[in-house]
Amino acid sequence: MAFKSEDDKKAYWSRNINLMITLLVIWALVSYGFGIVLRPMLDAIPVGGVGLGFWFAQQGSIYAFLVIVFFYAKKMRELDKEFGVDE
Amino acid sequence: MDLTTLTYLVVGATFALYMGIAVWARAGSTGEFYAAGGGVHPVANGMATGADWMSAASFISMAGLIAFQGYDASIFLMGWTGGYVLLALCLAPYLRKFGKFTVPDFIGDRFYSSTARIVAVACLIIASITYVIGQMKGIGVAFSRFLDVDYATGLYAGMGIVFFYAVLGGMKGVTYTQIAQYCVLIFAYTVPAIFISLNITGNPIPQLGFLGDTADGTPFMVKLDQTLVDLGFAEYTAQKGNTFNILMYTLSLMFGTAGLPHVIIRFFTVPKVADARTSAGWALLFIAILYTTAPAVGSMARLNLTNTVQTGPVGSAEGNLAYAERPDWFKKWENTGLLAFEDKNGDGRIQYYNDKNADFNAKAAEFGWKGNELVKVDPDIMVLANPEIAQLPNWVIALVAAGGLAAALSTAAGLLLAISSAISHDLLKSTFMPDISEKAELNAARISMAGAILVAGYLGLNPPGFAAQVVALAFGLAAASIFPVLMMGIFSTRINNHGAVAGMLVGLVSTLVYIFTYKGWLFIPGTEMLANTPDNWFLGISPEAFGALGALLNFVTANIVTGMTKPVPEHIRHMVEDIRVPKGAGAAQSH
Repeated sequence: MAFKSEDDKKAYWSRNINLMITLLVIWALVSYGFGIVLRPMLDAIPVGGVGLGFWFAQQGSIYAFLVIVFFYAKKMRELDKEFGVDE
Repeated sequence: MDLTTLTYLVVGATFALYMGIAVWARAGSTGEFYAAGGGVHPVANGMATGADWMSAASFISMAGLIAFQGYDASIFLMGWTGGYVLLALCLAPYLRKFGKFTVPDFIGDRFYSSTARIVAVACLIIASITYVIGQMKGIGVAFSRFLDVDYATGLYAGMGIVFFYAVLGGMKGVTYTQIAQYCVLIFAYTVPAIFISLNITGNPIPQLGFLGDTADGTPFMVKLDQTLVDLGFAEYTAQKGNTFNILMYTLSLMFGTAGLPHVIIRFFTVPKVADARTSAGWALLFIAILYTTAPAVGSMARLNLTNTVQTGPVGSAEGNLAYAERPDWFKKWENTGLLAFEDKNGDGRIQYYNDKNADFNAKAAEFGWKGNELVKVDPDIMVLANPEIAQLPNWVIALVAAGGLAAALSTAAGLLLAISSAISHDLLKSTFMPDISEKAELNAARISMAGAILVAGYLGLNPPGFAAQVVALAFGLAAASIFPVLMMGIFSTRINNHGAVAGMLVGLVSTLVYIFTYKGWLFIPGTEMLANTPDNWFLGISPEAFGALGALLNFVTANIVTGMTKPVPEHIRHMVEDIRVPKGAGAAQSH
């Protein structure tokens, strides 16, 4: 096993899971939240003749997905290094 | 130069390019097929994944659905991109660490059962064939238009080319060919979008243009809504379907994206676990370029189409296009049978409006209109017809044809490869005939590929929906069967062999039965049990959206069955813990 101790292994996994869950919450919020369920509220803020909710459904959520994926990759590279399991 | 010659030239040139690359890449890398990722930069790999991923559904069909469904088509935009988040965060790094090539390999090993492997192969084949039907519809539409024949003949021509292409291109330097295909398809998609956006809003960036202002200062979206309402249609920006169905539909597409085997495979070939994470990001970036352009393409195509027919004020005698003066593209699409006009009130002019709107019908009767006369506008023709409707130069139109074919062919080839390798590798070599010779394995792959094309072509003649909707069914099947067991296989050490098999079967069968109930058994017309209308749907869930519920059933079943049967052996627990550590991935192996 690549980890120094059993505790390290647990710590690494739980930090990975926490990061993943946080990002999945944002993932759900920008698409299912802002784009669909909360759209009527967000559309009060006008964007291009429609509203912010419409913008999230057709543009914003996709940009947010991109940021999420690259952010996760970056954070995990740092985490791998910290625990000495990087390649 | 006339359009037909130009189209043949551009399509011919791009085909020559793909084949040239296939031959060139083979020379340097015979036998490197499985390790291709090792020498390919993550950015290049992302581009290739983009081409593999963006199919006829994305290129040809999606903007057409956006044009006619407006806001409701956001499900495709969010669903087909959001799945990459699940792939990058939950699946790709761990499957890469596991280090085998096929999804059934992982399922068979993690759940220590050849039954699980066989069930996974069945799920994979059913989802992939449904997906290929969607491609065939797109290819049929494209060929019928550019060969100037009816849809069925276009489909036969497409089947022949796909077979030739998949056998030739599939075995060789796929990655490099797909990079070329990505460049062709993204160029072909964005160039007309830029032109049209400039025309309508004066903004060359379509992503900004469709939310910008038109020449007279009204926002484009307001103008589009108004134009549609004036003809009795629902507002473009209004939500038409029920919210729960929209949520389930999006969720099905996202789960399906993460569960479709031909996409997952792409992340098995990158050198390191860290690369699997970034590679998903690059793929998503290249896909996002098309997906953020699509809403502009769809909305502007809808306005242009409406304005072509409704040339003057609604209701005035001269306000509608005279049929005799219809543009050339109109005649060409009429030949394919995908666009049809019927002069209901005998005035020789085309009236295009919503005759299902009772309020507007009263007004229409005053105008002397006797029903919507554009009796058929197949949404799948919109992207291909778009540059012609907008009167763009001929070379742009020819380019779009080449782009649509690149998208359909690259995806069809990738899927056929996934199907044939599932049969020859996972079923024959790994399960039933371990002694099979390499030559016989290859022949089995070719035969299953031909079989898949025939089945998909036959069903493509009577497609159960528009290309993007057929593809959505495939995603639902993958979402309900494969995605949940992959998640449970990685994030739970508890789920055992019986649980996984039962879960996959319940997910697959429940989703298939639900789809067939509304779409006909095996998609054969006339065998539907219930009419496919929102009133008949269970909890208002459409057949395309059922995959999310199927996934839930899969998950619950797997947990219950696991609780009643023998726990997971110790070495499998170690295996799961091992795939959670990125270090020591090594090169992927076939066996």
